[in-house]
Amino acid sequence: MTLIASNLSIKSEKNYHLNDVSFTMSKGEIYTIIGRTLAGKTTLLKTIAGLISPDSGKLTFDGKDFGNIPVWKREIAMVYQQFINYPHLTVYQNVAFPLKQRGMKKIEIHRRVMDALSQVGLEGFETRKIQALSGGQQQRVALARSLVKEAKLVLLDEPLVNLDYKLREQLREEFRGIFDSKASENSILIYSSTDPVEAMQLGGQILVMDEGRILQQASAKEIYENPISTKVSQITNDPAMNLFDGKIEDGCIVLGPEIKFDLPNHFNGLPQGDFTFGLRAAAISQEDTGFPFSVELSEISGSETFLHVRHEGLKIVGLLNFVQNFLVGEKVSLKFDTKHMYAFAPDGRLKSSPYGGLQ
Amino acid sequence: MRLFYTTVKYLSVTLWSVFVIAPFLWAITTSFKDFQSVTSGATYIPWVDFEPTLEGWRSLFKSPAQGGIAIVEPFFNSVIVTAAGSGISIVLGTLAAYSLSRFTFRAGPIRNGDITFFFISQRIMPPVVLSIPFFIMLGKLGLLDTLFGLVLVYVVLLMPIAVWIMVDFFNKVPHEIDETALIDGCNPYQAFFKVVLPNSIPGIIVAGMFCMIFGWTDFFFAFILTFTEVQLLPVAIVALNSSITPWWSLSAAALVSVAPLVVVAFIVERYLSKGNLSGALK
Repeated sequence: MTLIASNLSIKSEKNYHLNDVSFTMSKGEIYTIIGRTLAGKTTLLKTIAGLISPDSGKLTFDGKDFGNIPVWKREIAMVYQQFINYPHLTVYQNVAFPLKQRGMKKIEIHRRVMDALSQVGLEGFETRKIQALSGGQQQRVALARSLVKEAKLVLLDEPLVNLDYKLREQLREEFRGIFDSKASENSILIYSSTDPVEAMQLGGQILVMDEGRILQQASAKEIYENPISTKVSQITNDPAMNLFDGKIEDGCIVLGPEIKFDLPNHFNGLPQGDFTFGLRAAAISQEDTGFPFSVELSEISGSETFLHVRHEGLKIVGLLNFVQNFLVGEKVSLKFDTKHMYAFAPDGRLKSSPYGGLQ
Repeated sequence: MRLFYTTVKYLSVTLWSVFVIAPFLWAITTSFKDFQSVTSGATYIPWVDFEPTLEGWRSLFKSPAQGGIAIVEPFFNSVIVTAAGSGISIVLGTLAAYSLSRFTFRAGPIRNGDITFFFISQRIMPPVVLSIPFFIMLGKLGLLDTLFGLVLVYVVLLMPIAVWIMVDFFNKVPHEIDETALIDGCNPYQAFFKVVLPNSIPGIIVAGMFCMIFGWTDFFFAFILTFTEVQLLPVAIVALNSSITPWWSLSAAALVSVAPLVVVAFIVERYLSKGNLSGALK
């Protein structure tokens, strides 16, 4: 059972919402579409659902042309970023709605609804009205309604983005549990997100989208190790990967008049010339032997510190362990771990990665 | 200073209340008076200022031959015309508003917004402009002086109100609700009737209330388009004002004509205060 998209395009007067999107997805796998806001993630999901028809291209599911099947016959499930439920129905009626619509027997409906409600941890809430629930609970109801259908195609459009941090973490864990255990064996799960951390945690396959295009499709590990372009490296890293324009000259990486490094082993195959070098924030550490930078901003995130610094034209973000206090303008000495450095061609394509991708 | 503001506040509230309530008190006291009490100057307190009588109220239920005024039939005519006119307007208006809110219509330079404006524009013209065309059209169709003709005219007048209110309401209902219904196996009609409509009852009640108020209080078209066969309540009441006006009957009839609206307002107010009118969908 596969979902095949070939050359899907949706164009408005000015720009593409989807630009020649093609992919093949097979059952038992989680696919995460990652991209910034307006990258076309929701458009793609709605196109798969049949809520939007593509201007050109074809969508085939399980050997059938999806283009001829209206939304209500596609038997899919979808959870939105907003908490969408039926406000005039109780929790139980909400979850039972799609099954009733299919004309299923009452006993079977009851069994499945109770099962789904217990999976999302909403036992005892059956008779509650939707408005009486918190945001997290409302999203659980929406999730239960998508689970109860046992759909072969489950679409989750940034389902956690409107929840607060703690709840998001918790629900994400539960998602994994729920979908690993049951649904994903027989279904294709497509999850969209703007959050690289979320995409990496979900594992599975990742599709990186930007401006309606799919830039890269690969496993989470592969995307992390070998982002094929600077754009992918920006979208799939949080904080975005530091990029510096520089060159390779006489066996050295030259980023500026004073900043030079010895060429790391994995760059040995690269010719001399201009490159864009990439380095994750975590590969930058504070050491006395490093280069001097002046602090522009220091942000504390949980138990880590994001340090925004600059040296002449060079602006970088470093990720330091523990909460550390810096003053604006303070001089810090930072060391770049060149073992983890990426090299991209000036047009943005990956040339060399520390994990052995391309040369 | 605070005392000053409080005083001003209560004073203005009191003045406004008097302004609103006084005509009602006037009508209520007058409805219990007889010829003697009405003509002998302003009096307000029954049994002290004047001797109350139920004559005005009794006359409502007597035929003109018995010295009463014929108000029962116009009352029910008004009920039928208003209910039918509002009902049809709400049904058609809700359907029109939903399609205007959800689907994109294109005809040359015309878009959804223009169609909505077309509906509203029906109410921009002064009624006088419409009266002659209506008169001629109903005349040609043989519908002058009939309940059916009036209902048709009222649908034309009331549906714009319903469309206007409901378009606004549906625009605030997230599209994702319809989409979710489609995904859950509803065809577009089922999505509308099973999901969107049950969640739109507050909007329908508001639109219905406006239609009923406008329909019930209309005097102009009821006056122009009927002669003798069919009379609506506002026209019947005004018709009482002749060479010898029975002020007591007229007051009682006026109060009767206000009563249905008070009931409607009371029901809607209860509904409003329960918070059902907003927040169901966000």
